[in-house]
Amino acid sequence: MNFVTILALIVSSTLVYSAPLIFAALGGTFSENSGIVNVGLEGIMTMGAFTAVVFNLSCASTFGAATPWLGALLGGIIGLIFSLLHAVATINFRADHVISGTVLNLMAPPLAVFLVKALYNKGQTENITQNFGYFSFPGLAKIPVLGPIFFKNTSAPAWVSIVLAIFLWWVLYKTRFGLRLRSSGENPQAADTLGINVYKMRYAGVLISGFLGGIGGAIFAEAISSNFSVSTIAGQGFMALAAMIFGRYNPIGAMLSSLFFGFAQSLSIIGNQIPGISSLPSVYLQIAPYVLTIIVLVIFFGKTVGPAADGQNYIKSK
Amino acid sequence: MIKVSPKAKRLLVPIVSVIAGFLVGAIIMLIWSYDPLQAYSSMFESALGSMNGIGETIRNATPLILIAIGFQISSAAGFFNIGLPGQAQAGWLTAIWIGLAWKNLPVYILLPIEIIAGIIAGALVAGIAGWLRAYFGTNEVISTIMLNYTVLYLCQYLHQDVMSKNLRIDTDTTKSIPANASLRIPSLSAAFGDSRISGGIFLALIGLVIFWFVMKKTTVGFEIKAVGLNPFASRYAGMSDKKNIIVSMLLSGAFCGLGGVIQGLGTYQNYFTQTTTLDIGWDGMSVALLGGMSAIGILLASILFSILKIGGLGMQTLAGIPYEIVSIVIAAIIFFVAISWAVGLLFKEKKTDKTATYLATAETDSRKANSQEGGQA
Repeated sequence: MNFVTILALIVSSTLVYSAPLIFAALGGTFSENSGIVNVGLEGIMTMGAFTAVVFNLSCASTFGAATPWLGALLGGIIGLIFSLLHAVATINFRADHVISGTVLNLMAPPLAVFLVKALYNKGQTENITQNFGYFSFPGLAKIPVLGPIFFKNTSAPAWVSIVLAIFLWWVLYKTRFGLRLRSSGENPQAADTLGINVYKMRYAGVLISGFLGGIGGAIFAEAISSNFSVSTIAGQGFMALAAMIFGRYNPIGAMLSSLFFGFAQSLSIIGNQIPGISSLPSVYLQIAPYVLTIIVLVIFFGKTVGPAADGQNYIKSK
Repeated sequence: MIKVSPKAKRLLVPIVSVIAGFLVGAIIMLIWSYDPLQAYSSMFESALGSMNGIGETIRNATPLILIAIGFQISSAAGFFNIGLPGQAQAGWLTAIWIGLAWKNLPVYILLPIEIIAGIIAGALVAGIAGWLRAYFGTNEVISTIMLNYTVLYLCQYLHQDVMSKNLRIDTDTTKSIPANASLRIPSLSAAFGDSRISGGIFLALIGLVIFWFVMKKTTVGFEIKAVGLNPFASRYAGMSDKKNIIVSMLLSGAFCGLGGVIQGLGTYQNYFTQTTTLDIGWDGMSVALLGGMSAIGILLASILFSILKIGGLGMQTLAGIPYEIVSIVIAAIIFFVAISWAVGLLFKEKKTDKTATYLATAETDSRKANSQEGGQA
């Protein structure tokens, strides 16, 4: 294997594994910046994955190659509806954010598996026929060296998510909506005094996280796992949560740290194809993503500081 | 709105939450045309209808009590310890390994060594997260998540590649520990219809007493709570926040490790390859969220949780209803407990003559406090 092939393999599998994390972590940044801690990303992703797989299985013949994209969109919508539970509980009913988020994580897998059993009479779905597969950018893929590494046989959802991260950074830091959302998470009293509807902003934050988390789960199911079972989403939501904190609650940061996690995760999967690494005992590659994360966090970042009022319920005074 | 005394309200709110959780389950079953009455009756029948069922329910509750305590100690200090599965797993493997390697030691030496080693293993795993938090400010949510997976794969490596072949049946399963290394008590198992109940339940009950005592009656508990409530004020009062962060995580991990030890020495008698993070860790967290900060709450929550889990298995075989429904009910109950403020709106606190004036002032006070809360929170 020559150097370019190895690099292309690493980049493409990094992108494949990063895409779901990027979407979910981006969702997380919006929720946390509005002041609502969302540890329920895992559950939201589960619902998204379930929806996408069921949609894909039932509608692949109708929509053909567009099915995974539509499945991801539908997964996002179901994720959004599911996250309403968290929004109502934390914003209107004064629930502890961590407990309410954990409820999403506890609720989603049994609910989805129950529905799978009710629909298909077994605990696991069939494999989907239309998945994201690999995508080559027309034109760009022909650029020498860079083309094969970045643009040929690559993951389309990952490139969408990277562009989305830049767009969402602009939304969060350069638009009126973004400023209002952040002020609801930094100092809801002050925001309220200035006429910002804190509840509405927080709803926006949580629902955006539900939508993007659902998409993330859907992409994982339609690009990596290909079916749905109780163990389809096993820790990706937590990884996304970690990526979001690691990225300092910033969309671009969340995207970059998701790429890092995706890289580390893919390394344990493609490691045996890379000369030099393949001779190491597999345990090193398996624990590498997690240990590296801790080390990088300790050395380069130290304390991550979230929005000031993140996790605090805002109770409007009468 | 129903008028009740404040004391009754405190009892009614959790009861209503539990009932509401069961109703959610019933509605889902009705939608998919299962019979909820048959489901719930077969659930309680199989969890509590025989001595074996009761024994299994207690067996299931045992590690959850300890892990819930672990979670609550760290939350008291203001940490969200989601490393419970890893900490419990470390305890489990350590205890079984020692039990197998030193199986010729007499029971009164071997058992304490196994238990203490398991506790230390759990404490060390959590202690890493505490130490990183105290000295580097590393977010404990990230570090405990990462430690879960690190422990998961490290245990797999240790047990498949490092552990002597003589201690294993095959790659995935170790041999069973001998009777002198086990927490099982033959007469206790026999009394509960040959279920997997073990002496671990006594350790769990002692754990509850220790938890109550440490948190309510000792300086350690007071400092942990103080740091959790306001780290700046406690530092100003001369408490070391670094020390308390580490102490609370060590204690938290110690209890989780003990939970894992009991899973090994009591329930399974061996260790086998885990493919995902340990479920007792997550179940223990559910119990903690249900039971809240009180020892009694944790005990009751663990029993309720275990009735649902053990009964759910019976429900699946007896009534043919998917097991997942019990997990949905559990999640729904926790949801209603989480929104207890809203559930509490159903009840209006009745003013008795004696307390009328007191409550009137208390109400204005709380209204003031509320508006202040709006101003500060």
